[in-house]
Amino acid sequence: MAIADATVQGITVDGVPLKDKLRRATRTSRVRAFLLVTPLLLFITVSFVLPIADMLFRSVDNPRISSLLPETVAALEQWDGKKLPDEAAFAALAKELKLRREDRNLGKAATRLNYERGGMRSLITKSARKLKRVERGPYKEAMVEIDEKWGQRETWAAIKLIGKRYTLVHYLAGVDRRFDADGNVVTQPEVRRIYITIWGRTLWVSLLVTAFCLLLGYPIAYLLATLPLRQSNLLMIMVLLPFWTSLLVRTTTWIVLLQSNGVINDILVWVGILSDEGRIRMIYNMTGTLIAMTQILLPFMVLPLYSVMKTISPSSMRAAQSLGANPFTAFVRIYMPQTVPGVGAGSLLVFIVSVGYYITPALVGGSTGQLISNFIAYHMKSSLNWGLAAALGAILLAGVLAIYWLYDRVVGIDNMKLG
Amino acid sequence: MPETNDAFVRFVDVQKSYDGETLVVKNLNLDIAQGEFLTLLGPSGSGKTTCLLMLAGFEPTTHGNITLDGRAINNVPPHKRNIGMVFQNYALFPHMTVQENLAFPLEVRRMSKGEVEGRVRRVLDMVRLGGFEHRRPAQLSGGQQQRVAVARALVFDPKLVLMDEPLGALDRQLREQMQYEIKHIHDNLGVTIVYVTHDQGEALTMSNRIAVLNHGEIQQLATPDTLYEEPQNAFVAQFIGENNKLLGRVTSMNGMNCSVEVDGGGKVEARAVNIEGVGSRTMLSLRPERVQINPPDGQFPNVFEGRVEELIYLGDHIRTRVSVCGDDDFIVKVPNASGHAALRKGDDVKVGWAIEDCRALDV
Repeated sequence: MAIADATVQGITVDGVPLKDKLRRATRTSRVRAFLLVTPLLLFITVSFVLPIADMLFRSVDNPRISSLLPETVAALEQWDGKKLPDEAAFAALAKELKLRREDRNLGKAATRLNYERGGMRSLITKSARKLKRVERGPYKEAMVEIDEKWGQRETWAAIKLIGKRYTLVHYLAGVDRRFDADGNVVTQPEVRRIYITIWGRTLWVSLLVTAFCLLLGYPIAYLLATLPLRQSNLLMIMVLLPFWTSLLVRTTTWIVLLQSNGVINDILVWVGILSDEGRIRMIYNMTGTLIAMTQILLPFMVLPLYSVMKTISPSSMRAAQSLGANPFTAFVRIYMPQTVPGVGAGSLLVFIVSVGYYITPALVGGSTGQLISNFIAYHMKSSLNWGLAAALGAILLAGVLAIYWLYDRVVGIDNMKLG
Repeated sequence: MPETNDAFVRFVDVQKSYDGETLVVKNLNLDIAQGEFLTLLGPSGSGKTTCLLMLAGFEPTTHGNITLDGRAINNVPPHKRNIGMVFQNYALFPHMTVQENLAFPLEVRRMSKGEVEGRVRRVLDMVRLGGFEHRRPAQLSGGQQQRVAVARALVFDPKLVLMDEPLGALDRQLREQMQYEIKHIHDNLGVTIVYVTHDQGEALTMSNRIAVLNHGEIQQLATPDTLYEEPQNAFVAQFIGENNKLLGRVTSMNGMNCSVEVDGGGKVEARAVNIEGVGSRTMLSLRPERVQINPPDGQFPNVFEGRVEELIYLGDHIRTRVSVCGDDDFIVKVPNASGHAALRKGDDVKVGWAIEDCRALDV
């Protein structure tokens, strides 16, 4: 009776609060559990959390012009953008262009300005070269004489915009938008529009790959789950074997098979279905990307589906039939709804992986099969416009999180089964 | 033939093999009358579930015919047989509520919405689950799931309901309660039920008739009391209820009775049921409750000296292990009546039994 009373008040028999006692009793195991996950926690922090934070920072960070042309940026601060800036701004820019030419940093500034506005690189280098001979002001007339673009306020608006330390221009550029001279968001000129198409293509390819994987993977998973053990083991090995093979090997195999002088075209010509001139172009375009990505991502669909189908009792199909449903109705109304968690998990997995897929489109995509990740890589490695690459990456990340959130709302993440 | 019309379900020379080498069901002939509660009882591997699956249409017969209500159903697919079935693990549809589970067989029969609702409500009341319509199977207890499964098998008014060890997953108390409930439903609806179980208690409680199966053959088909009191062979005697067996050789025949020389010593008078003749080996079967300790002189022709080896107190009776006729595993149930003999371990006693309670069977 005494013990019962004590526990009601949350106190053990020796008078210590029950919660303290419990915490003390489980402390060792909690410390041990934490120590066990510490290496992984550190690894994830260093290799995952910090890079993402860095990427998000770089997508808005814009230090180049504000550090290379600080006086010009300061002089333009007061400028309202309605007319040309005053002489002070011209003088500051002329001075700093000469300085940057001397310390060989002119190219960096020119490149950065060129990202925002085509033709800026040649304008800057030309002006800096010619300004050497201009000893004193007024610089305004001198610069307009060097190039009439200095007499256009759009040129100065671009410098002012890029001079800001933190900016959203990368995000705007990532969706084919820019600020005009008056600070409004407008669409890029047609020749510079590219990313909306690429985003659309990336989504379309991902949806198609997901759909193909579902169409091809569902029957395989069904067979895996229902065949006798011996056959299903063999089938499982056939599903997993490509999964264990290097991605590069599989992608290049597709090149061997699909190219114009590849195995498939050769066979079709040999059989006589195609003429030698009429070989089908199946690679280095969207078709190649779709075929190769579907094959590579198929296991990501099959395995979650299989793990869900394995748990569906075979007697539920029998029950449906004994209750009067024909096999088709039983399959559609009883079996398929029970596979929804697997369909959801597999589709989510395949879609998210394909949205960010890089290597296969890069190898077999040609020019029409390139996805957004290929452009991120291009800006990382070739154009060195890391700000834009970071912004594209951040948009991609936000998109994936949005899909995940949507899935959670519609299907519920708890319903997902990955194996 | 008049019998043909009487039988609601007939198995005629049915054989079944899964691998083409061994027969799981060997030449089964069985007639089931309309409204009967028939149980297929047997150990695992005896072919009882296979019989049920063939009747439901999930397994084809390798040979022979099955007729339902006078119609051969060998080529009728399961969904057209109109047979209700309760599965061992209930096989409720986990993604549907109780209401949807019960409405499913009605919807595939294209019944009107009003009729579906009415039938679902009636059948739910029958299994006393009113108010549970919108629960999912996972939110129900085992017993409740069981009731839903039974209700679902009955909701579309099938003439025949099959039950495949439906109570196997329930605990003992619930199992006994459900036995009575299923029995009452059977009595009220007059539906024919074929029930498969390995639990003899379940079979005895519920059935009109029991077919005891072993190795794909019917060993005995009889009412529960006949099966228990008059087993026709050694397997049935051993499988149903508790049994004392004494092995021996027939020394003489005397009309319905015979004399048997027991291997461990002693000559027993027994009812000749299933023996080949004088000189053949036999197993004497004797129910523990039909044996009396220290019987009055002259009451029984069979009286032997024995020694109490073990006493187990079970409340209503005392299970007494005695060594008699060379068998030290001979069980006697001593009823815990007022003034019963107070036995102790090691006591020398006399045990006796009547001729008609001791059946000479095959070995």
